[in-house]
Amino acid sequence: MKAAVITFPGSNCDRDLAVAFRHAGAEVVHVWHKDTDLPAGTDIVGIPGGFSFGDYLRCGAIAARSPIARAVVGFAGQGGHVLGVCNGFQVMLEMGLLPGALLRNAHLKYTCKTVGLRVETTDSPYTSAYAEGSEIRIPIAHHDGNYTADPDTLARLRGDGRVAFRYTANPNGSADDIAGILSENRRVLGMMPHPERALSDMQGSADGKRLFESVMSAFAPA
Amino acid sequence: MKLRVYVTLKPGVLDPQGEAIRHALGSLGFEGINGVRQGKMIELDLAEDDATRAEAMAREMCDKLLANTVIESYRVEHA
Repeated sequence: MKAAVITFPGSNCDRDLAVAFRHAGAEVVHVWHKDTDLPAGTDIVGIPGGFSFGDYLRCGAIAARSPIARAVVGFAGQGGHVLGVCNGFQVMLEMGLLPGALLRNAHLKYTCKTVGLRVETTDSPYTSAYAEGSEIRIPIAHHDGNYTADPDTLARLRGDGRVAFRYTANPNGSADDIAGILSENRRVLGMMPHPERALSDMQGSADGKRLFESVMSAFAPA
Repeated sequence: MKLRVYVTLKPGVLDPQGEAIRHALGSLGFEGINGVRQGKMIELDLAEDDATRAEAMAREMCDKLLANTVIESYRVEHA
């Protein structure tokens, strides 16, 4: 399985995301934001966390209009898998790959801590290795993770089982305690918490590992 | 031609920063503040000197980049 991890100016979790994919057994190719094409044979695109373009204008706004963005949107449109973490989630929403938007945290504070998440669905290439309803611990580190969407969109996300993860104790004011959502075809996942920072007990939790193992098994030859 | 673009959160979208400003103003002794909404102003200096065309261009810029129309609305004015 080949994972393409994108680096924007200001990305700072690109290497962590690459390590996570590599540990799960994937081949990783790093892609620069000025590239206009994804590497041939890309199975999944990883959009990492960080502060792309210094969060200028809005978090993720400039990155979502960079040369590589068009290729990523096209890839997703053809049914490609895309995983966006933290700033990567913000970039995805700005690209229009997922519905809604992320506002400043309700309490206005940048929050960096390990939080509890409930795995709301195992019906996705990202969550198949978890037990449905299980509680996992994954770190968050963000200032703008307060998910919002109009009531119809929220109802649709709920009804279609597209909320992948919910916070067990809402850390940012996010609507419906949403921590991560899936696209309609379930191949695009955007989430604020950092599974790539929870790969071993040395990091305080190894609960993120299964997400990457799920992805690997989705691509395993039958 | 110079234009000003005002980008603000749509009515109904919670504005935590506006709320924090409202509380701070209250603690300074200002009374009767029903609400505070924070936004941003972007100044554009365009080579285009036809007002209608410049405005249309600015609106297109708003739709494509300057505003996130999921949560924000915008207003274009001549500076």
